[in-house]
Amino acid sequence: MDRRVKLPRRPALGLWLFLLPAAGFLALFYFFPLATIAQVSFARAAGGLAAVLAEVAGSAVVRGIFAFTVWQAALSTLLTLAVGLPGAYLLARYRFRGQGLLRALTAVPFVLPTLVVAAAFNALLGPRGWVNVGLMAAFDLSAPPVTFVNTFGAILLAHVFYNTTIVLRLVGDFWSRLDPRLVAAARALGASPARAFREVTLPLLAPALGAAALLVFIFDFTSFGVILVLGGPRFATLETEIYRQTVYLFNLPVAAVLALIQLLCTLGLSVAYTRLSARVAAPLNLRAARDTRQPLRTPRARLTAGLLVGGLVALLVLPLAALALRSVVRLDAERGQSGPVQTGFTLAFYQELGQNRRNNLFYVPPTAAIGNSLAAASATVALALALGLPAAWAVAAQGSREAKRPDATSAAALALDALLLLPLGTSAVTLGLGFIVALDTPPLDLRASPLLLPLAHTLVALPFVVRSLVPALRSIRPRLRQAAAMLGAGPARVWREIDLPLVGRAVIVAATFAFTLSLGEFGATAIIARPEHPTVPVVIYRLIGLPGALNYGQALALSTILMVVCTVGILAIERLRVGEVGEF
Amino acid sequence: MKAISKYGLFMAALAVALAGCAPAATARATPSGPRTLTVMTHDSFALSADVKAEFEAAHNVTVQFLLSGDSGEALGKAILAYGQPLADVFYGVDNTFLSRALDENIFEAYNSPLLADIPDVFELDPQRRALPVNYGDVCLNYDKAYFAERGLRPPANLEDLVLPAYRDLTVVENPATSSPGMAFLLATIGHFGEDGYLNYWAALRANGVVVVNDWETAYYTEFSGSSGAGPRPIVVSYGSSPPFEVIYADPPITDAPTAAVTGAGSCFRQIEFVGILTGTPNRDLAEAWVDFMLSPRFQADMPLQMFVFPVNPNAALDPTFVKYLAVPDAPVSVDPKAIAANREAWIEAWTAAVLR
Amino acid sequence: MNAPLTATPTLEVVNVTKAFGPQPAVDGVSFALAAGEVLALLGPSGSGKSTLLGLIAGLDTPDAGDLRWAGASLRGVPTHRRGFGLMFQDYALFPHKDVAANVGFGLRMQGHKRAAVAAGVAEALALVGLSGFERRDVNTLSGGEQQRVALARALAPRPRLLLLDEPLGALDRALRERLLEELHTILRGLKQTTVYVTHDQEEAFALADRVLILHQGRVAQSGPPAEVYARPASRFVAEFLGLHNLLPARLAVQNLAGGATGLVALTDAGQLPLAAEDVPPGLRGAQAVTVVVRSEGVRLAGPDEPADLEGTMLDKSFRGNRHRVSVRVGQADLVVALEAGQPLPAVGERLRLRLSPHAVTVLPEAAPDA
Repeated sequence: MDRRVKLPRRPALGLWLFLLPAAGFLALFYFFPLATIAQVSFARAAGGLAAVLAEVAGSAVVRGIFAFTVWQAALSTLLTLAVGLPGAYLLARYRFRGQGLLRALTAVPFVLPTLVVAAAFNALLGPRGWVNVGLMAAFDLSAPPVTFVNTFGAILLAHVFYNTTIVLRLVGDFWSRLDPRLVAAARALGASPARAFREVTLPLLAPALGAAALLVFIFDFTSFGVILVLGGPRFATLETEIYRQTVYLFNLPVAAVLALIQLLCTLGLSVAYTRLSARVAAPLNLRAARDTRQPLRTPRARLTAGLLVGGLVALLVLPLAALALRSVVRLDAERGQSGPVQTGFTLAFYQELGQNRRNNLFYVPPTAAIGNSLAAASATVALALALGLPAAWAVAAQGSREAKRPDATSAAALALDALLLLPLGTSAVTLGLGFIVALDTPPLDLRASPLLLPLAHTLVALPFVVRSLVPALRSIRPRLRQAAAMLGAGPARVWREIDLPLVGRAVIVAATFAFTLSLGEFGATAIIARPEHPTVPVVIYRLIGLPGALNYGQALALSTILMVVCTVGILAIERLRVGEVGEF
Repeated sequence: MKAISKYGLFMAALAVALAGCAPAATARATPSGPRTLTVMTHDSFALSADVKAEFEAAHNVTVQFLLSGDSGEALGKAILAYGQPLADVFYGVDNTFLSRALDENIFEAYNSPLLADIPDVFELDPQRRALPVNYGDVCLNYDKAYFAERGLRPPANLEDLVLPAYRDLTVVENPATSSPGMAFLLATIGHFGEDGYLNYWAALRANGVVVVNDWETAYYTEFSGSSGAGPRPIVVSYGSSPPFEVIYADPPITDAPTAAVTGAGSCFRQIEFVGILTGTPNRDLAEAWVDFMLSPRFQADMPLQMFVFPVNPNAALDPTFVKYLAVPDAPVSVDPKAIAANREAWIEAWTAAVLR
Repeated sequence: MNAPLTATPTLEVVNVTKAFGPQPAVDGVSFALAAGEVLALLGPSGSGKSTLLGLIAGLDTPDAGDLRWAGASLRGVPTHRRGFGLMFQDYALFPHKDVAANVGFGLRMQGHKRAAVAAGVAEALALVGLSGFERRDVNTLSGGEQQRVALARALAPRPRLLLLDEPLGALDRALRERLLEELHTILRGLKQTTVYVTHDQEEAFALADRVLILHQGRVAQSGPPAEVYARPASRFVAEFLGLHNLLPARLAVQNLAGGATGLVALTDAGQLPLAAEDVPPGLRGAQAVTVVVRSEGVRLAGPDEPADLEGTMLDKSFRGNRHRVSVRVGQADLVVALEAGQPLPAVGERLRLRLSPHAVTVLPEAAPDA
């Protein structure tokens, strides 16, 4: 009697199918162009690849640039977390009027092109901005006390401004579904609020916190516009250097090496993160946010909420308001004074947007530009969800299996999880040129296709989608899936009936991310050749690149319209309900 | 299992849609009906709709434009697409990038008959692979009201900028990251020579010049003469910026609020070129387009669309344009080959002198 | 040793082993279940009963051995195709679906149309006494209501085999009693083949046709509840069933009136009478054995009755329907359950006790394979 006969393991065919779409997409539209541009770049190197590597490795300038890139990204990330955590707490634990609007508004910075953000901050903190004018009047100063442009502080501030929404959404959403009774239990056992936070809440938030920190860091690591425009000539990061080497010096081999360095750093971070996060997935009894959010009852709660709302508004909404205000204000033709700027209310900029005075062939009415942006954004959301949902499920399934024996499928899923982040950490210039050199033979000759835009946007949105979904998916009690299986639901059915509705909220968050990312995406968009269907950021850049009050005003006006479209879009997405019992 | 098949159907449909769109984008010549001519340009390209319509009607062709980023980006793409060109014609190489374009052999030579009308000074490529289309100047701009108020004489040339009276008044762009910045650097190199320009910049630095990375920040954040109402009244911009300020003013004004510094040797002349991309399947149409670009009709359209001067002296100039535009007496030119050879070294030297 | 089956076995567990570490959680377990039979898997925590249930359900695969249903192996058959129902200890109700959606889930998976699903739901809810609860939110139900919804959900699709994993564990005593009754009625009424996992013998005895006691992954004893209780197969089983008073003893033959011989057990508590059927076969003569004195088989001897045992009262404790009394008899301390409502001597005083027939049983020296 052979008691130790091993039963053959059934291959997990279903899981491979789930990984395939995202993996295929990544292979075709990321690795293939990247490999091609690398090969083309190194083919141009005079002394071959080795010479270029030696040159770059030996360069003290490059080392300095690398160090600064890491430093500014790390500091920015820490500051963003410091600002975002209290904000996440506010949105997670309390329920108050206008909350939805506040949440939507905090996501708007993400969408704005850097030049517009620069204009917004200029309106607030520039030499003639509100803050300086106010301070000069209050303290009777002769020169503006606050310098903003060309400072390290500007870089940090802009990064926080852009990326706080990632923390608010990823952490806030997850936090809102944690059972508050866990903290109550800790308090009952004698823990002070700070202690309960440190010992109970923080560890439970770890997956979402880690995901947010990672994404924010990668964004800051590859930040381009902020460093270039707001940081000024004294600051250089890998990304700006890659751009400079590629576009201005056409030194492709060096640019390729720098891009690879950037990539390897991202890969390293990504791998470290996936290793850690697989271990941290404790199945939690997640509850509906509507059950966990409290209305503001006590005066203390009201005060806390008031302060937090005030802080968020000051940091994130005030610059937007300054921008919107500038778009309806006319500057007097008399300039050259150092006092307050002469103003007058006007809607001329908005009206001008609708006119093609010069009969310019490339004039695009704002509705068309918005339509192009929304079309690209919708396509991006659809594609990113279609690819990302099954991939997220496959990745999440690995973490909760009790079998520690590694098999091919779990290795593949974890690898995909790490690889998905790479497009975020890849220089847009390099990737854009990769498209040019790789996608040049039919049926893949997409170099001039309008399809390339949502494809590029999806590359950026996919990791967000997966990152939003994996912690939520991992937190589903395995029991529920087992119960469904016992009742006759096959794996796909389990996914549709159990996983999907339970992560409905996370799906909404993911969709919102994909939407805002696409709306505000400019780096990849700029690099890709576009036929005459520009998106809104492209039109804004065209306008702000020309002198003249009407051009500047139109750029601000269109930016304001973009802000409104983004806010409305986010509010609309959040109204959607996934699953039978609405928000869960 | 119904869920999987629905999902699979969706993916299949998506794949088909993606595949189906791709060939449509690549079809350049449909068997019947008008052919398509693709013109690749940088983002600043502008054209009147009726001018384009004229060409299309005359040649029974549809013209499609590929706006491909700024001048450097567009050129980079064209170079990388060598062999499988993205378009038939490329417009937008300027004299600072000309050598690079020619060395990469992306253009086919074309001896356009209209070249006879164009002054020789613009023909920087004797082999006629790149043909000149327009020219403009990168000049210092100043805020007239600022100087008028203080009774200060506006700067007349480069040398004025290092005088104590003009301390802390200037903002320039970084030549490493900005095209007008590079052009201004070339102006100083051309004017002061390779031995003298660094001394000039050292003096400029000592006189409190501010360097920013891009034109938009310089013009709209730092410059006092723009709608951004910044603190400094002197900026490196284009000779065409003052007319822009007039034509795009709101409410309408009759006097330009800014002016360009046009003293001898203080501006850098930029010439833009067009070329037929190597390997184009539509050579005949490309030639027709190049001829069209050099013809008076197109040339006269350029000033108010792109705020540049036509190279063809037969083109009529719009009076508004002429009224507010000051043409510099002796703009600086630097040999494109010298630019290609020394660009990196000059930028490095400049960075050491000004930023470190 | 299997109890003789009266019908063709439907579920067969054949030598199943499952290990998660060096120690197997389930070690060579075999048994069979006939249609309509209720089998209880009884054992302390860590005995492998929930693991075994998971193997039957298909939520995990055995390392060795086989599981068969109606003769065909279940190897390779995924959970959702087995047609078994499972009710979890923590109910695992779908929090995002209402009661009707939860209960009707299995019917939907079977492909029934909406009307049929609704009818099935109504029937199942009526069965558990929750008619009208269709639209309720499961997160707002009480413990007892949730338990019943979970049961209804498991029963609605008419599973071939129902698996219950400690379903009454989370309830208070009164509720548990009541639900135990209802469950009994329901299972009987449906003639539902059931495997019921619990650590509580009372539940197991109340519901099961047969009880399987597990110890460290192995079957310690198997049989109808009464038999298992009356004749525990080993010391472990006896202790697990809450039987106190396990005394080492030596068997001796005693001459009875009329020339017959009987067995007695010589213990520290004195000589205890034994009925022949309470002695496992194969044990005769002066063997060293363990005997069990059932605490409920002891009562106070009346003033004119002879006492089987005499001892000193050590401690007494009132338990509602009985007194739990410790007595020192001879060299041994015995725990006896005496009827409530009668006067008891004080602590330290003498106690005279009488044994009922079959109050003393002998445990087999080594428990034979069940």
